[in-house]
Parts: sequence; C-alpha cells; structure tokens
Amino acid sequence: MREEGDELFMENVSQDFEPKIIAFLCNWCTYAGADLAGVSRIQYPSNIRIIRLMCSGALDPTYVIKVLMEGADGVLIGGCHPGDCHYINGNYKARRRVAILKTSLKEAGLEPERVWLRWISASEGAYFAETVKEMVAHLKLLGPNPLKSVWAI
Amino acid sequence: MDRRILVIGGGISGVQAGLDLAQMGIQVTLVEEKPNIGGRMAQLDKTFPTNDCSTCILSPKLVELASHSNVDIFTCSSIEDVVKLDERFQARIRKRARFVDEEKCTACGVCAEKCPVKVSDLFNKSITTSKCISIPYAQAVPAVYKIDKEYCLYLTNGKCGICKKVCPADAIDYEQKDTIEAMDFNSIIIATGTEEFTPQIRPEYGYKVYENVLTSIEYERFLSASGPTNGQIVRPSDGKLPSQIAFIQCVGSRDVASGNYGYCSSYCCMQATKDAIITKEHNLTIDSTIFYIDIRAYGKDFDKFVDRAKTEYGVKYIKSRISEILEAPDTKNLIIKYITPDGKIRIEEFDLVILSVGIRIPDKSKNLLRGLGVELDEYGFCRCSTFQPGETNVDGVYVCGTVTGPMDIPEAVVSAGAAASLAARGLLSPDTSSEIMAEKPGEVDTEAKPLNIGVIVCHCGTNIASVVDVPSVVEFSRSLPNVKFAHELLYACSQDSIRLIINKIKEHDLNRIVVASCSPRTHESTFQSGLEKAGLNKYLLQMTNIRDQCSWVHQNTPELATQKAKDLVRMAVGKSRYLEPLYELYSDVNKACLVIGGGIAGMTAALFVADNGYQVYLIEKESELGGNLLKISYLLPEEDIVLALQRLIRRIEEHPLIELFLNANIKDIKGYVGNFTTNFTTNDEEKSAEHGTVIVATGAREHETESYGYKTDPYVVTQREFETVLKNKNPLMKYVNSIAMIQCVDSREGERNYCSRVCCGQAIKNILQLKKDYPDKDVYVLYRDMRTYGLREPYYAVAREAGALFLRYEKDRKPVVEKIEQGNFKIKLFNEILGKDIYLPVQLIVLSVGIDSLETNGQVAKMLKVPLNEDGFFNEAHVKLRPVDFSTSGVFVCGMAHGPKHIDESIVQAIATAAHALTIVTRDKISSEAYTASVDESRCSGCGLCVEVCVFGAIEIDEESERAGVNTLLCKGCGTCVAACFSSAIDLRGFTNKQIINEFQELFL
Repeated sequence: MREEGDELFMENVSQDFEPKIIAFLCNWCTYAGADLAGVSRIQYPSNIRIIRLMCSGALDPTYVIKVLMEGADGVLIGGCHPGDCHYINGNYKARRRVAILKTSLKEAGLEPERVWLRWISASEGAYFAETVKEMVAHLKLLGPNPLKSVWAI
Repeated sequence: MDRRILVIGGGISGVQAGLDLAQMGIQVTLVEEKPNIGGRMAQLDKTFPTNDCSTCILSPKLVELASHSNVDIFTCSSIEDVVKLDERFQARIRKRARFVDEEKCTACGVCAEKCPVKVSDLFNKSITTSKCISIPYAQAVPAVYKIDKEYCLYLTNGKCGICKKVCPADAIDYEQKDTIEAMDFNSIIIATGTEEFTPQIRPEYGYKVYENVLTSIEYERFLSASGPTNGQIVRPSDGKLPSQIAFIQCVGSRDVASGNYGYCSSYCCMQATKDAIITKEHNLTIDSTIFYIDIRAYGKDFDKFVDRAKTEYGVKYIKSRISEILEAPDTKNLIIKYITPDGKIRIEEFDLVILSVGIRIPDKSKNLLRGLGVELDEYGFCRCSTFQPGETNVDGVYVCGTVTGPMDIPEAVVSAGAAASLAARGLLSPDTSSEIMAEKPGEVDTEAKPLNIGVIVCHCGTNIASVVDVPSVVEFSRSLPNVKFAHELLYACSQDSIRLIINKIKEHDLNRIVVASCSPRTHESTFQSGLEKAGLNKYLLQMTNIRDQCSWVHQNTPELATQKAKDLVRMAVGKSRYLEPLYELYSDVNKACLVIGGGIAGMTAALFVADNGYQVYLIEKESELGGNLLKISYLLPEEDIVLALQRLIRRIEEHPLIELFLNANIKDIKGYVGNFTTNFTTNDEEKSAEHGTVIVATGAREHETESYGYKTDPYVVTQREFETVLKNKNPLMKYVNSIAMIQCVDSREGERNYCSRVCCGQAIKNILQLKKDYPDKDVYVLYRDMRTYGLREPYYAVAREAGALFLRYEKDRKPVVEKIEQGNFKIKLFNEILGKDIYLPVQLIVLSVGIDSLETNGQVAKMLKVPLNEDGFFNEAHVKLRPVDFSTSGVFVCGMAHGPKHIDESIVQAIATAAHALTIVTRDKISSEAYTASVDESRCSGCGLCVEVCVFGAIEIDEESERAGVNTLLCKGCGTCVAACFSSAIDLRGFTNKQIINEFQELFL
C-alpha cells in the first residue's frame, strides 16, 4: 500500500485516474433522486454504476466488502432522509450497519473513506449530482483502491 | 344491466376519462375522428416543466387503454346523432372505411413502402409527405394503416392495387364501406378538444408567405426525433441550422383584433420556454428570444423553469407585442421591429420565427355540442359553473379537457378524472364487484429451459441516442454470454415496439428480457405487460436506466456515456441470468375512504365517493367545515358563494355514508392500499377508522406578510381583507380616493420562489367589485406579470376598461411605500417608458400576498410516506399524467395541499381524486407485492434476528420447526431482514443475493 504523503504518487494518479464507483441506491428516494438529476439534466461524471435496491436497509455489508475486494474505488450507499424511509426505519438500520462496517474496515487496515453513506431524497437531484462530483474528486485524491492488487499477490 | 359510457374524443383527456372509467369496471366506447388516439400530445416533442419526452409518457397510457378489456375504441369515427331515450342515450356512430382490416394489419409497413402515391403528411403538419396508405406515426395506437381514398389510385380509378398484392397479412380491403353502429349509453363525456389558431388570419406575420415562419406545433415536429427532420432543427427555406430564433407569443390569444379570441390560451408561455430550452440542448449555438406580453408561469414549479431558461440557457425574454414581420428577400431572414419596454424602437434579424399559436374550438365540435343541447359561451367553450365543473346544462352529458377552456396537460388529465367520476354516478355500488381480470395467456414454463436472454436498447427518440452510441451498445450486448437476441428501437415503450418484443420472445424462445431505456420507476409495468402477453412471467424482465442515469447526465461525454451504457447493460444481463418467475397474492379491499380536510376540496371529494355508495370518514381539524371558502365573498364569474357553501355543508352533514369528525387530529396512519387504519382524536376523544384509500385535502393558507407596512397601518390590507371591506361596505372607504394594489408581495423570489396563481384573478375580481360599488375611486395595480390565464383574461380587459391603471415593476425595482400619515401614502415606482420614478398618492394599499403551504403537511407526508416539494406542497406521482396520485398507491391529493389554485380548479381536482379512489374501492381484491422475502429453512438457525428487524411484523419463528417463516401478505419487500441474516437464509425475491452479486460482479470480469 502507498505511503501517506507520497505526493509524487498522488500527482500521478490524480492526473488520469478515473475512479470506479458502485452505488447501492434505495428505490424510493435516492434512485428517484438520481432520476431527477437526469430529468433536470444536471451533469455529473460518468464514473458511477448504480444498483437499485428496494431499501438502503437491504444493503448487506458483505456486498460492500465484496465490491471493494473486486477493485471498485468507492461505494456510495443512498437512502431516504431520517424519518422518510418508505419502510419506516430501514435507513436507520443501514446507518448502523455502515458505521460498524467502516470501523471494521479501518480495523482491518482498509480505507473506510471509500464508503459513503448519503441521505438523498427523490427531490434532491442536484444534491445527488453534487455528491457524485464530490466523491469522484475525493477518490481521485485518494488514488486507486490498492486492495485488488494486494489481493492479487 | 349494461353500464356503458360514451367518450367522444381520443386526446389525452378522453383517453384518461376512458381509463378511469374502465378501471371502475364500466364499459367504455371511445370515439375518435382521427385514425389514432393520443391527440395533440402525441405531436409534442417534450413536456414542461420536466422536459419529459411526450411520447414516452403518453405511449404507456395509450397501450393500457387500447388493451383494456372494458374499452372499445372507434377510430376514423364520428357521431352521427344522439337521441335521449328515458335515462339513456342512443348514439349512432359512423365508422369511416380505412380500407385496411384492423384485425389483420400488423403495421409492418410494406404497403407504404411500395405505395406509389405521395400525400401531405398531416400528422407532421404537412412539413413532409407520407404515402397514400399510411400510419400517422410509428407509435400510433391503434397501429393500423389507412388508405386515403381521395388519392388512392385503385379507389379513384381502379388502377394500381399494389398494397393489396404486397400485404403479407392480407389486410387490404378495397371493398370496405362506412358502417353505422347504434349503441346505448348511460352517459356521455365530451372531450373533443380544440384546434390551433390559423395564423393566416394575421397576414402581418407572413405565415405561409415567408418560409421561415412556423407555428409552435410545427416547430415541435421539427424538434421531435420521430418528426420529419429526425429532430434536426433546420430552416425550411434552405435546410440550414438557424442561429437566432424568435418566439412570438399570443398569436390568436388575447387578441380581439383578429377575431373573437379575447381569452388566453394558458400553456403557450411555458411551451415557448420549453422549446427554447430544448433548442439550446439540441444545439448550443442557437439563441432564442421570446417576445411576450406577460409571462404566465402560474403552475407548480413553472417560475423556476422560466428562471432556468433565463440563467442556464440564456433565453432572452422581451416584453413587446410584435406588430409585423418582414422578410429579407436574399437571405429569407426575418426582420422584427419592436418597441422595447423603455419606449425605444429596435430592429432585429432572426433566421427562424415561431408563432405561439393559441387554441380555439373547431366549428365541428361546436355543432356536435349544440346538437346535444349543450350551451356554449361566446367563444364556443363549454364553460362550467365554479361549483359544477365538468357538468353541462344537459343531464348525463359531461365535458373535460380544453373543450371547457384552455388548459395544459395535467389540468386536462384532472378534468378527465372528474368527468369520469361525474359520468359514473349511479353506476357503481359496493355490492357489485367490478373486477374484470385481464386474460393472461398460459405462462411458459421457463425453469427447465436454457437461458435465452433478449436485450432491447431504446433510442428514446434522441434522448438516449443523441449521446449514447446505441448501435455499439447493441453490438456489445450480442457478445455477452446467453444473449440470443439484441435489438434497438426508436421508442421501446410504444405499441409497435411492444408488439415487436412479443414477437421476438416467441421467435427466439427468449426467457429473460433486458430493456435498456429509462427508469423502471415509470416504465417497468409497460414492458412487464409485454412479457405477459408473450406468455412469460413478467418478473423475468430486468430494466436498466441508460437515460435518466446516463445519457441525460453525461451529455458532454458521449464516449464515456456509451461505455457506461454498455456496463449497465452488462450488469442487467448479469442479474437477469438469475431472475425467477414471481407471483402476487391477493388481499381484500376495505371499501371505505378517508378524506383529510374539510375545505372545498375535501368536502367535494367526500361527496363524490359517498354519492357512489361508499363509506367516507371526513376529518377536519377546525370546528367547522368550509376552510378558506369561509373567508371568500365574491367569485368571477359571479355566483352565490355563501349559498353554494351552505348547500355543500348541509349535504355533507345529512349524508348517510359520510361520518364527519370535527376538531380532529390524526395520530397515525398505518397499512397499505386497501387496508389502512387511522387513529385520531375528535373533540379529545380517541377514535379509529379502517379504510382502503386516503384523499389528502389539507389545503393551504394566506401568507402572513410584514412588507409594505402591513401590520403597522390599518390602511394596508391583503386582497382577502379588502374583499371583506368591500362586502361590508366598510366606512373606511369614505376616506379613500385612490387605491394601490401591489402584486407578488414576498412571492416569486427568495424563499417563496413560486407564483400563487390566484392573486392576479383575485385583484381583478376585487377591482370589478370596487368599480361596481365605487365607480369614482381610482385604482392602480402594480404588477410583475398579470397572470389572468385562460378564460380569466377577458375580465382583465374589463378591469382595464373600467379605468384601473396597470403599472409594471421589475423584481429588483420594487415600489417603495412612503407613509405620510395613517391612511395617506406616497408610492414611488420606476416607470420604464418615462425612464424615471413616478409618485402615486393613495389612501389604501392592498397587498396580494399569495398562499403558503401548511407547516403540518410534513407530519401528514411522513405518516403516509408521500413527498413534499421544496415549497412544502404535496408532490404528485407524475406532474403531467398522474396529477392527483402519489407513488404510494391508494393515496391521492387534491386542492391547495397540492399547490395554490382557484376554487373551480380545487373542485375539479377533488372530483378526480374521488374517481381514482373509486378505481380501488370498486375492486374486491387487490394484489400484494411480488417482491417479498422467503426463508431457506435448511440454512435458518432460528436466531430470530429477522423477526426483530421486521417493522411490519411479517416474520415469525415457527415453534415446531424453530425456523423463521414470512407472512407474504404483510411483507412489504424492503429486504432489511436479508441484510440482517447471518446465515444468508433469507432472500428478497427479485433482489436476491445471487442476483445483486451477479449484477455488480459483471463489472469486474
């Protein structure tokens, strides 16, 4: 894994590195928000591949681990705002699971900042686009996910 | 007894009325003059304010109507005559010969290919030609060709006959004759719509003289991907790309000079704004200028759309009425001379001019309406009374859509629902089930078969194909394992495309279908019904969203968007390999309806549901019924509002099927469509009600302002207070000689960046009342845009004639009120024409403060799990075609809870929600979710974690087997239990671990 402060490395990767992001979005809020970004023609980078779930509460943390091990550079999990869950409180469950997952990732020496959880409603198309932009920029700074190559050895 | 209703007119309002009735279990006969249904909406490219593709949202409705077992559609047909016998109508319908057998024609198009005769293409406004045997457009419903008998060589002189020779379906029938069929109906809905104004009446615009002057509907055809230029914007004179386009508003609207067109056509301001935005999206080098009188962006989120046009798309808006267009003979450019708001004369050259033409009632429709005995207004519209929208003076004859006055698509859809509700009165009853199960062909057993995946990639006109390289995505799809068939379609959702998909499923024995197009949230059911017709279980479909989440958001990086589209297809194919057939369960429907809010909307909705024989629980938080109506004294046109309200309240109170709860507060609402339970208090007493549907009619309130010295001076009042002043002949009027009305107070900017829709009409109403009682008093109206849309416009003219002075101000140059003493003001206002400030001495200031959403909407929204927009009003399921529904089924919205609106508009909406509630309560059973959890008992350890996480109480541990079990009827399909299970023993059908893992793993192969 790269050393912290290895600026040369950072510069190299941020030039032409395009992070690959997998998103798990709930059907009712964030997936609809992503649709709204489209309807409103709000442009954002094409680095993201969306998987529709019925609820963020249906996100099995092992999906995230599996995706990171396969070499995705970032994982975005999108759910309804607190209190807005179509299934009452699935998003709270997602919040707890993601919190535990991030702690575990850190303990295992992996990078929890590759996993983002955001509450984005069906009316927040602009926020969805903003989130993708922000995440792409952040992952470019962070560089490629080293996991895949590490595991390849 | 046969319950059958005649719907005349197959535009969007007729189609919607037909669908609503069919879903209530009533038989519908729809008669359309043209060879296809869909009306003018089918000719539009996109729709405002979301720029949704018109064909994409319309097609599924048309397909749904045409395939509904309760509906008979007569195209190429007209009404010969109607006789009323007892309580029924007997109508004779003439069906003109198509010379093509509707049953046999497969719309393959071979006939048109070979037909030697070219005729003018009317669907494309004669911009291009079509063949003598033709179909208006590829997605037309019904998808059947028709011969134009006037030009057909065989029918005119017996020569040719090519189409008959080449037709593989043997569908050509030169002997076909007009037929006349007599049928009996319980009631009639007239939805004959309007036609566009013909601008030749105004020769100064040079329409049909100068080649580069088009009407707005012609321009829509240019913009449309399925139009004559395949969506290319070109000048008719030389085929070149224009760089400067002018839109001229109010051609044939607000125009008494060229005839009897004193009304506003309502939608043209937004249509021009939409077209200007789309033009820019087509080509960044084209600039648009809109010449207008007032920008009438009065609908929900319309002002924000206009703001976007200005700031993001650089559309120029110039307030000026154009009196003449000249053509530069060498370039065929168009020269427009106009007077700017500051009084200067400007000359500008444009290379394309679009006339925003208004609408009017065609003479044919007037004759039909008059023949039925229906009274029309001076313009030929069938104007309804405020309290009886949709009703005519003839019992049993109802109207909807633009035949009642100019309106946009959602209003037409709402009025259609209302007409359906009215026409169905007396035909429904809770004792008779209306459910007619659509026949499903025997499902093919797919389990033992090898995987045969079919991939359909949609162009969505230009929506996808202008960014994503669709052919390369198709090519790529073919290379994926198990993909047996891949194909691209212009509009995958249209009827002809669905038919193609069905045929391909059969031909290639496909057992998984991947559709790469738009959002499954809007179009999944359309494709699912296609699968069903092909004998496949509908859950063997996997959609992937390459439009909303790809082409629309990566417009500037087509290569990356294409790459992404390929990835998305690959992921969908990956998931589709593990799809399984799924089945719904059916549960009982509670036939009662809960109405929240006892204002005009809530009361109306309650009455319409109850009048049809269904129980209603009406909940009002105040101690009396009436809501905002209690504070209104006058109406335009004049009607006795107090009497109307009293009657309504008495009917509610006396109705045996309406249980009224005043001083009521809702504690919680639980359940789902067909089975809700609501706990509430009424007069501090705890109550509970069980019901199958919910109508939200919570209303809105007048905005509280502190601007312009309101609250500090009794001579500064709101429009509503002024109405009371006038009604009570308040003595303070003695001290008042001149009055200033200030419009748009705290509105259309900042936190309240929306138009309250009613204030301009309210001001005009008060001016007319003022001038009636106090003709000598002066009144100034300080406004930004006068938004007296539709049939309200003539009253604006009356107000001007009565001497009211209308002075415009800009958002950043608001009038300044200087208080000299109480009841004596000097208003400073910048006058554009003079180029300096003017001063108005007035003694009374009337503020148009507009309407605020209720703070309590948030709680209701949460309980029902429905969304609000950023202004706090409830957000409907679809802004155009589902204006009174929520995405959550069984819950509907009407009145000002949805957004500011006039009384008649609230009433129409309320009646429409009643229609939609009736489509549910008239059923005995409703199907449950197919996406439910299931337990693999061999893996389950019986730990009970899933039981704990399930908030719906759908999982229990079986005491004997010590394994978890799911109650499928209670399961909502969220999948939370799946994520909680340590042993991977629970899976969510349709979103199984295997399916999801294979979906993302495709990306790393």
